[in-house]
Amino acid sequence: MTPDPAAATSIVAEVEGLRVEVAASGAEIVDQASFTVGEGEVVGLVGESGSGKTTAALALLGYARRGTRIAAGRVVVAGIDMLALSAEEMRGVRGKVISYVPQDPTVALNPGLRIGLQLEETLSEHTGASAAERAERIATVLEEVRLPTDRQFLKRYAHQLSGGQQQRVCIAMAFLLQPKLIVMDEPTTGLDVSTQAHVLKIIREMCQRHRASAVYVSHDLAVISNLAQRVIVMYAGRLVEVGPSDAIFEQPGHPYTAKLIEAIPDLEAKMTLVAIPGKVPPPGQRPGGCVFADRCDFAIDKCRAAAPPYEKLREQDVLCIRAVELDRGKRQRSAQHPTAAAGTGAQGPALLKVAGVDAFYGERQVLAGVSFELHPSECIALVGESGSGKTTLSRAVAGLHHKWTGEIEVDQTPVATTVAQRPKELCRRMQYVFQSPFNSLNPRRSIGDAVRGPIQQFFGLRGKAADERVAAALERVSLPARAMDRYPDELSGGERQRVAIARALAAEPEILICDEVTSALDTSVQAAIIDLLQDLQQQERLGILFVTHNIALVRTIAERVLVLSEGTVVEEGLTATVLDTPHHPYTRSLIEDTPNITEGGQPHRVVAGADVGE
Amino acid sequence: MSSDALVQAGEPAPGDLGLGSDLPRSGGARLSVWVLRRIALSLLTLLGVSIIVFLATQTLPGDPAREILGHVTPAQVAAFNKLHGLDKPLLTQYVDWLKNTVTGSFGSSIATHEAVTHLIGRRGLNTLALVLLSALISIPLSLLIGTISAVRRDRPVDHGIQTVLLTLTAMPEFVIALLLLVLFATTVFTWLPAVAVIGPGETAFQNPEMLVLPVAALVLAVVPYVARLQRATMIDVLESEYVHMARLKGLREGTIIRRHAMRNSLVAAIQGSSLTLIYLTGGVVTIEFLFAYPGLGSALTSAVQTRDLPVIQAIVLVFAAAYVLINLCADLLTVYVTPKLRTQFR
Amino acid sequence: MSTQAIELPAARAGRGRRSAAARALRQRRTQVGLVITLLVLAVALFGPLFAQYEPSAIVSIPAQGPSAQFPLGTDALGRDVLSRVLWGGRGLVWMAFLATALGVLVGAALGMLAGYSRSWLDDALMRTMDVILAFPQIILVLLFVSMLGTKLWLVSVLIAISWVPQVARVARGVTTEIVEREYIQAAEAIKTPARRILRKEVLPNIITPLAVEFGLRLTWSIALVAAISFLGFGIQPPNADWGLMISENREIITIQPLPLVVPAVCIALLAIGTNFVTDGFARAVARTSGGEG
Repeated sequence: MTPDPAAATSIVAEVEGLRVEVAASGAEIVDQASFTVGEGEVVGLVGESGSGKTTAALALLGYARRGTRIAAGRVVVAGIDMLALSAEEMRGVRGKVISYVPQDPTVALNPGLRIGLQLEETLSEHTGASAAERAERIATVLEEVRLPTDRQFLKRYAHQLSGGQQQRVCIAMAFLLQPKLIVMDEPTTGLDVSTQAHVLKIIREMCQRHRASAVYVSHDLAVISNLAQRVIVMYAGRLVEVGPSDAIFEQPGHPYTAKLIEAIPDLEAKMTLVAIPGKVPPPGQRPGGCVFADRCDFAIDKCRAAAPPYEKLREQDVLCIRAVELDRGKRQRSAQHPTAAAGTGAQGPALLKVAGVDAFYGERQVLAGVSFELHPSECIALVGESGSGKTTLSRAVAGLHHKWTGEIEVDQTPVATTVAQRPKELCRRMQYVFQSPFNSLNPRRSIGDAVRGPIQQFFGLRGKAADERVAAALERVSLPARAMDRYPDELSGGERQRVAIARALAAEPEILICDEVTSALDTSVQAAIIDLLQDLQQQERLGILFVTHNIALVRTIAERVLVLSEGTVVEEGLTATVLDTPHHPYTRSLIEDTPNITEGGQPHRVVAGADVGE
Repeated sequence: MSSDALVQAGEPAPGDLGLGSDLPRSGGARLSVWVLRRIALSLLTLLGVSIIVFLATQTLPGDPAREILGHVTPAQVAAFNKLHGLDKPLLTQYVDWLKNTVTGSFGSSIATHEAVTHLIGRRGLNTLALVLLSALISIPLSLLIGTISAVRRDRPVDHGIQTVLLTLTAMPEFVIALLLLVLFATTVFTWLPAVAVIGPGETAFQNPEMLVLPVAALVLAVVPYVARLQRATMIDVLESEYVHMARLKGLREGTIIRRHAMRNSLVAAIQGSSLTLIYLTGGVVTIEFLFAYPGLGSALTSAVQTRDLPVIQAIVLVFAAAYVLINLCADLLTVYVTPKLRTQFR
Repeated sequence: MSTQAIELPAARAGRGRRSAAARALRQRRTQVGLVITLLVLAVALFGPLFAQYEPSAIVSIPAQGPSAQFPLGTDALGRDVLSRVLWGGRGLVWMAFLATALGVLVGAALGMLAGYSRSWLDDALMRTMDVILAFPQIILVLLFVSMLGTKLWLVSVLIAISWVPQVARVARGVTTEIVEREYIQAAEAIKTPARRILRKEVLPNIITPLAVEFGLRLTWSIALVAAISFLGFGIQPPNADWGLMISENREIITIQPLPLVVPAVCIALLAIGTNFVTDGFARAVARTSGGEG
């Protein structure tokens, strides 16, 4: 691959023919990876779960997780051949020449050691600096990441800091010795958008101030588009496309990149989310030939015959033999046709009415005076950051939260507080889909058993009659009836979430409460689930309460939106109105903090996809 | 439970030792309040123990009067019962009994007529010597073996250690002791005394060679237990994100193990030590019997044979109290060394 | 609706526990453990069929060395050691097995109940467990045996009781963890009765840890039963028992160690065998559940 001309002047890191394997089986996790990082350049390494992006990034530090090994290739950082170093030499390079910012600071910071010591040991193990010099250096860097520098702060333990503070400590740690290259492994994934915006700002500042090169690993294309000069797109262990950020987001060359961008919900316009059918093949089960061929709309026999070489397309290197032939020029997203049902839908009596609901967690009040109405065939989005009370609200509605007061009515009839006090029929009409499909299905019970639950419970059906209902419910979520005999661990995240939805549908509900149902899924899988929910809403006249932290999803799915902050509804209205002309400062900052894909200098708002389920 | 903790499932993982529900959960409370609460819970447990001991020894069939006096007339039985307060209501009996127990008035041995407190003092010192010496050797040894095994995980050293540990944990301590005895005191070598001959008035400290075999047997029996716990904890710690992070920061392996890993396996070490002590208190019974070692364990065995109630009661209570005390100390220490728990109090 | 139905991968052959057992058996140490266990079990259960002499019959002079007539010599009373060894494992195996089964069963039930109820019942049960836990196991047995006499069923029940708190803690731990899962809430949301949730949703998930518990407790029950017989409160003379044989031949240890060593080795092998098998299974289970998700 030819390095980017802009960076050709000075290359900080060069990876060539990298292959990382599962040590036991020899199955490849990453293969044939070659790329460079120029001086002062931020390279975005983007991919869905199972793409091998973190593995590739860790290889830059000469590091392979337990059970994996770097089998082939060359990794040169600042002129040092990382893979040729002895353990002791490697130790001297890590932290000093190349440093690392972890994905989850809550577990990456040692719970038993004070923050000060964890910062200081980086200095004392690599330099002969005196205590005073070390203290001064620490104070300087902490100031740069806008953390307090006093003794009191340094004496704290990680659990006494907020998530954003913890991550800033890790960033400070990475910059302490002014390394040439910094590997950042999804450093903002666990954070709320406002915290994420703040941390990203600091990362950008720090990279500029120290002229450091960085490899930024993320599943989130929008974040990458804002931060990186160059982008590497990974799929199933291969670099499928490499090129300048602007070029890739404007005119993606690889069919996978194009699809991935189209799967991202758009904050600015209502778009059809394009899902990528199938799933990422795991190591050991990857096809010969092009790794994406099985899921590609444009695959021809030749694609499957042999591994494709890189094709040069404008400024990009694309791992696709048809890249030039398929080039469609500037990317066009198809706006969603305004469907008939997607109007206001707010006529007639409300299906669900929530009025003045207060809720408590122990002594603490988490909801104050929340009110809204939901009509048949309508989808209301409930948006808020963590701690906003959105999940408590949905649980109160479903009768799963015990401590709430106020009025909740279904068909103008007030309901009791908990499931235990509510009649069976009411429970049937209101179904709840949980956040994590990895958690909401019992690993020891078959899919059939799971979906049969509500059928037995509400319709008293057993045996063949129940099985027929199960098959029908599975079919409504596009799963074959054969799935009945499978166990959750045999299915992918997206398939499991379909099962969870099928279980809810089996009760023939009128109201569906979806609690962050896509937040554990990859962006392309999220698109498929959203698509499914939209179909259900329109065809089955379901009223959907869609709880999410991702305001970008709202435009795609919901007619109306409720913005929840610290337990109160700060803004409410038609989706288009709220998103286009937000009134409340909180809504405004929420929209502003949501990262957007920048295209050719024109900011085009696109939001981060869902958190990848890694 | 993490995967490696599960390998040792059933063997105490740090989560389900004495810990669990007794550790502070929500912040805000004062440390002293929690400590007092924890002590109160210990006393409650002891109260429960005393009830069980009282019910077992005072109310179960096997009439003490007949047992002690032999063949007697009903009138004599009634007189005996009245003398010992056995005709009063159960609750009154219990309260009287508890009063005596708390003040240390256990009466005197039925078999030897020695004051029970005296007997416990004399024998207890011997047992204490046995237990403390074994603990002193086995705690550091098991932590060391567990750590080595974890650091060399899945290598031949680890496999070897694991096999030996698994073999030793399975064996009852008296079987280990017997094999040692046969090996070192009788057939192959005859270096050491086969039985402990400690005369009245003497203590174990004056006869160190008597202690060698019993201590060796106890050490071999208890080390595997704690070593495996330490190994599981260390593996969890070594696989933790913060140790990965420390490696990626370029810290020396020695610093990582000493500062990052050991620091966080301290809780396991504390709980392991408490387990060692608890295990040893049970283990001494058969060991003392085998070596005819004059401690509390052998005293209990002979008291059970002769149904010497005052002695049985006292010794059982001593053992249970030791358990409660050890557990209490372990929990307090655990909170002290765990910043996340300690800093909840302000 | 997405037109394309989703392709599912081919169903996997072995599932969960079965594949864990298969995986366990591939480990060398598990194989060794299984062979040892089966051998000692065979001796314990079928040994009496092959015994040449009555186990309690005095057939020769005491403390003889091995000879053609008495392959393992004679004991302190002049009884045939081999015959006593062949007879002496049956009671031990049964008592250990019954004690473990009862203890695990009751412990699991109480633990699940405590873990699921999360109310005063939980507190009350676990406090009671704490009290039982305060007695070292062997001392709990001795305390009650001293009052109620040395009855074999009583010893088994007492050992079972001594296991209850430990098993209950494990079962409670796993249950409270499972109760947090969303699939339990999903079942509660459709008004599934508690009994059904415990049976259908919780139990299948704690069977595996309970199987591991059973193995561990079995190993230590063997040790405990042997210890109690050794102390003289289990199987009574003149019956043959491995634990008892060790204590009744203590006087002749310097002259003739075989009557002590052979039963000691039998006890050790049985316990070691079951421990190896349990460990192999636990490892396989950990790997199975660790590899998924």
